[in-house]
Amino acid sequence: MKSLAELQAIREKARQQISVREESDDNIRVLVGMATCGIAAGARPVLTAIMDEISKRGLKNVTVTQTGCIGICQFEPVVEVVAPGENKVTYVKMTAEKAVRMVNDHLVNGNVVSEYTIGANAK
Amino acid sequence: MQELSLNIMDIAQNSIVAGATLITIHAACHGDRLAVEISDNGKGMSEEQLAHVTDPFFTTRTTRKVGLGVPLFKMQAELTGGMFSIDSQTGIGTHLKAEFVTSHVDMIPLGDLNQTILLLITCNPDLDFVFIHDTDETTFTLDTRELREVLGGEVPLNDPAVTQWIREALEEGESRC
Ligand SMILES: Nc1ncnc2c1ncn2[C@@H]1O[C@H](COP(=O)(O)OP(=O)(O)O)[C@@H](O)[C@H]1O
Ligand SMILES: [Mg+2]
Repeated sequence: MKSLAELQAIREKARQQISVREESDDNIRVLVGMATCGIAAGARPVLTAIMDEISKRGLKNVTVTQTGCIGICQFEPVVEVVAPGENKVTYVKMTAEKAVRMVNDHLVNGNVVSEYTIGANAK
Repeated sequence: MQELSLNIMDIAQNSIVAGATLITIHAACHGDRLAVEISDNGKGMSEEQLAHVTDPFFTTRTTRKVGLGVPLFKMQAELTGGMFSIDSQTGIGTHLKAEFVTSHVDMIPLGDLNQTILLLITCNPDLDFVFIHDTDETTFTLDTRELREVLGGEVPLNDPAVTQWIREALEEGESRC
């Protein structure tokens, strides 16, 4: 069993660092549809990929939350990105690979991946 | 669903939506039986709601007419010759139990339960989860209340270092059916 002492060490280390975790208003929210239809369509690997990539990139200004059914089951897995001063972007039929690109292009560099958006996929 | 661990994720979402602050997920593998129990301290259901919850044409949500999560889980258990029960009390919480016969041809794999648990914890850092997985030989327990006590409110459960610790703890505890 992993030791709780390791967690204690994580706490000590965090205490020594100057907190940069201030609540700023450049916070980006990522919402992943995790209702039955989303999960059945593959939302879990998408969510895992987003979480992993965010932590790999050390992004501090992104909050990931799960939402229920957005009502567009045929487009699941659906990911919404809400960034301050921008229109909400809805990504559809996401996969883990697409999610990694979305994090890098959109969340890191600010470029919407148009080809994955609902606009490009709803004919 | 292709894996029961996805159903478990879905069922746990109901608990989250119901405002639960503590969600317990217990998977027990003994012989050719797998029992999955999920309980929460959310707002619960009225008797009338409860009577309808395993009926696919009942949901209290108005955006969509059909709730499928619970009926699907029930069906998957019963298809293997197992059983399903759910009880709930308003203001107290909900408890659900599904038993599967793992040797049955219609059994779908448990799948990556660790991934489900890790996501539930790290995406809901303000909620507490107790995860228990036992087999004939081993018992594994992860209780986020214990972790929270050590972290002392200074470091959130979704801190990358903590996430990594939880991931490794889950891997060590991995005990497939
Ligand atoms: N743990 C729970 N606590 C309170 N209510 C619940 C719980 N699980 C299910 N319900 C109720 O039963 C309904 C049906 O659940 P479900 O079959 O998962 O479909 P859905 O979540 O899509 O509505 C939910 O909308 C909710 O009202
Ligand atoms: Mg549900």
